Amino acid sequence: MQALTNKAQQVDRRPMNLLERMYLPTIIKGMAITFSHIFKKKPTINYPEKTRPFSPVFRGLHILNRDEEGRENCTACGLCAVACPAEAITMEAAERKDGEENLYKEEKYAAKYEINMLRCIFCGLCEEACPKDAIYLSETFAPADYQRKQFIYKKEEMLIPHPINEPEAYAKARGNKVVTSQ
Amino acid sequence: MLLALDFALILEKLVLILIVVMASLGIAMYTTFAERKVAAILQDRRGPNRAGPFGLLQPLADGLKLFFKEEIIPNLSNKFLFILGPSLAMMTAMMTSAVIPWGDKVHLFGRDIALQIANIDVGILFVFGVVSMGVYGIMIGSWASNNKYSLMGGLRAASQIISYELAMGISLIALIMVTGNLGLKEMVVQQQNGWWNIAKQPLGFLIFLVCSFAECNRTPFDLPEAENELIGGYHTEYSSMKLGFYLFAEYINMFVSSVIMATLFFGGYDCPFVDESAISQGWAAILGVSVLMAKVVAFLFFFMWVRWTIPRFRYDQLMRLGWKILIPLALFNMLVTGAVILYFNK
Repeated sequence: MQALTNKAQQVDRRPMNLLERMYLPTIIKGMAITFSHIFKKKPTINYPEKTRPFSPVFRGLHILNRDEEGRENCTACGLCAVACPAEAITMEAAERKDGEENLYKEEKYAAKYEINMLRCIFCGLCEEACPKDAIYLSETFAPADYQRKQFIYKKEEMLIPHPINEPEAYAKARGNKVVTSQ
Repeated sequence: MLLALDFALILEKLVLILIVVMASLGIAMYTTFAERKVAAILQDRRGPNRAGPFGLLQPLADGLKLFFKEEIIPNLSNKFLFILGPSLAMMTAMMTSAVIPWGDKVHLFGRDIALQIANIDVGILFVFGVVSMGVYGIMIGSWASNNKYSLMGGLRAASQIISYELAMGISLIALIMVTGNLGLKEMVVQQQNGWWNIAKQPLGFLIFLVCSFAECNRTPFDLPEAENELIGGYHTEYSSMKLGFYLFAEYINMFVSSVIMATLFFGGYDCPFVDESAISQGWAAILGVSVLMAKVVAFLFFFMWVRWTIPRFRYDQLMRLGWKILIPLALFNMLVTGAVILYFNK
């Protein structure tokens, strides 16, 4: 039979000689190998204290975006919900009233916007579908919880902090995301 | 007058016993922690590091968990023997430490206190008697469990102890021929004044070491509790603190056999290149105890190091090693030692 790789080795089936039957040299060799592992670097990362760095294109929790003046970008057009293969997104639209121009960018806005994080497969199609740059996936993932209903994220939980009122929190939430203006 | 003296002696010994028992328990506790840590480090893992700083409270958490587990006694078991098993294992594990010299004398409260609970003339024989009794704990517990896996574990433990006790005893006879007495204290004093016994009995030490691995049921001789063939072996049916006692007894046995190996072959509380008589008695005692503990820690690390290196023997290999290799080797060692002694003493 032809070998698939060149790693195959013929097994030596000769009877053991005296030195081998004494076992001690091989035991000492084995002990030296295990001892050398004391000085090896450990691959484990102490998780809650340290986290593995994510790449900038990591698709984590969703963030609902605001523009530079802090107005919500979302117009509740529903394209993200249509694009979503897991049907995780639900929303209700509402009309912007007079005096709310500083809150919502356009005349229509999402009064209710929910994503079920247990359904979501973090594919990022909502981000691709959005014409208003209103939703994008951040570099964090959904933390564990005790109840299913806690995983249905409301608009308030996903909305990015106000860029003017809380610039630091905004910058942190923004992360490495490249800002593109529509 | 005589009565008063006796009271002081009893008090002294009681305090010493308390200290030794507490120390053995504490050391056994932290040996479990060290075992997990050493295993982790040898396998490129981190090991327990959540409970307390560096995970130092882990043994407490483990103990607490064992205490709060449900106490299960199987319906068809022999209840008396089922409880007797772990108690016996624990008791015999603790009893050995009675004859070990932990250090030289200290002068406290106007009395010379020997750091040894009982300096009996047949010290090493006492140790052997008690150690071989330890297997009764395992046998009784495994039989009383009324479980075939447990029973097989118990049988293996019994036959293993019988096979290895012989070689161990014979290797020790050669050592006793060299030292000329059985008391552990005298052996240490002898080694303080001359060479350590390891230099006189290297082969004897090797045999003794292998046999003490077998006596402690440690890998590569952990057949009685082989997890993957006997699902825990003799302690399959045990839960809660009774299981804890078995596991604890194993670690205490490990500790005690480390102490005995250090005492018999590595000079006990003797610090090399230091003349103990030159420094004050108190400091000499402290030095002695810490040197002995350092040797014990080294041995304990060796136990763990071997455990995570060498895989378990098969049963027939175990028997072959015991009867066909170690016993003839021990006999050979004894004969050669005898011949050398005869030649030089002529």
